Amino acid sequence: MTVTAQDVRDELAEFLRERRPDILRAWSEANVLSHVDPADTEQESAELLAGVVQAIRDGAEGDSGHEGFSAARSVLGTVVSGSRDGARPDLAALKPPLLRLWTEHRRSAGPDGLTEHAVDGAVALSTAVDTLRAVLLELEVDAGLETIRAQREQLTELSTPVIKLWDGVLAIPLIGTLDSMRSQAATENLLEQIVAQQARVAILDITGVPAVDTMVAQHLLKTAMAARLMGAECIISGIRPQIAQTMVQLGIDLGEVATRATLADALGYALRTTGMAVVSDQHS
Amino acid sequence: MTIVPTVREVPIRTDMDIVGVRQAVREVAVSVGFSLVDQTKVVTAASELARNTLKHGGGGTAEIELEERADSTALRLVFRDEGPGIGDVELALRDGYSSSGGLGLGLSGARRLADEFDLRTAEGEGTTVTVAFVNRDPAAR
Repeated sequence: MTVTAQDVRDELAEFLRERRPDILRAWSEANVLSHVDPADTEQESAELLAGVVQAIRDGAEGDSGHEGFSAARSVLGTVVSGSRDGARPDLAALKPPLLRLWTEHRRSAGPDGLTEHAVDGAVALSTAVDTLRAVLLELEVDAGLETIRAQREQLTELSTPVIKLWDGVLAIPLIGTLDSMRSQAATENLLEQIVAQQARVAILDITGVPAVDTMVAQHLLKTAMAARLMGAECIISGIRPQIAQTMVQLGIDLGEVATRATLADALGYALRTTGMAVVSDQHS
Repeated sequence: MTIVPTVREVPIRTDMDIVGVRQAVREVAVSVGFSLVDQTKVVTAASELARNTLKHGGGGTAEIELEERADSTALRLVFRDEGPGIGDVELALRDGYSSSGGLGLGLSGARRLADEFDLRTAEGEGTTVTVAFVNRDPAAR
């Protein structure tokens, strides 16, 4: 971070105060925050500028954690949460008008206005705008992480419904990638429902699982074993040809766990196991 | 045999990265016209080896490479870690042997799934497992 001399800071602060209306007008015209109501734009531009002024005065224009940027943070926060369509404001557009006004300001100060001080000032202003951009990026990343976390939670809950197919017959359709968190939730859910519904047969349907590796297989086996300890038989259904071939080559042995190609086959088997029979009423 | 560029390199640091490896591998396998069975084999082997890289190697990388051969395309996966290495390779490749409470079929199973298999390791120097799957062009046979 460039250390800007105090006299440069003083001059920057004076410039920002004096030319505030011009800067705000230029920023509003840059239409960075693109609001429907121009009054909002001006209000928010003013808050961003106030933050820049405060940070520059404290020599903290490169520190996104400085309190000068906290007002900017809340302004940009509403911008981030408001833009669901992925449109993001390009804060870089704030920079050219600001630097143009600064150069003008220095030039008007006389023939020796464009000195080292002018360059130092420009660097400080430029850094301040960059920091605004960094703040925006931080907010966007946070918003993204929050979305991901919320979606993962929803997935964990949504993807493991236990369905009652018949008295004493439950099915749990497993879908997608079975990471350990989700498969754990599925098992717990199933075992609870076996007790609650006094199930005698539980069908684990893996039609929606793209690949069964040893970890998924081990999980299925453990679930089947736990179900058996509770007096329910487990059937694994929905084993597609490519999965079957791959499991054989991997060397996975499902042992005594019954398997069926489709959920329908598994239901038929489950009904027979529970002493039910499905008969046609067309006696011909 | 032509030297081939790495199509993708995926870091393996967390459980979620294993999912990333699987997806990247599947995408590449689909892009070169692997059949559904072959896709499933490649993805399953990738899943096993990526998990080994994470669990036993403490993380590493997966490289996906494509190699054009005379009458086929080979999809090669290289899993590299800088973990403790494998002391007894023969034991590690034995069906049912697991040092982590698994089924003990990951490494040996991946070897059976793949058309080519190569394991390089030394104690204290990490492990590199390379598997290749060959997609024979039906028109060339």
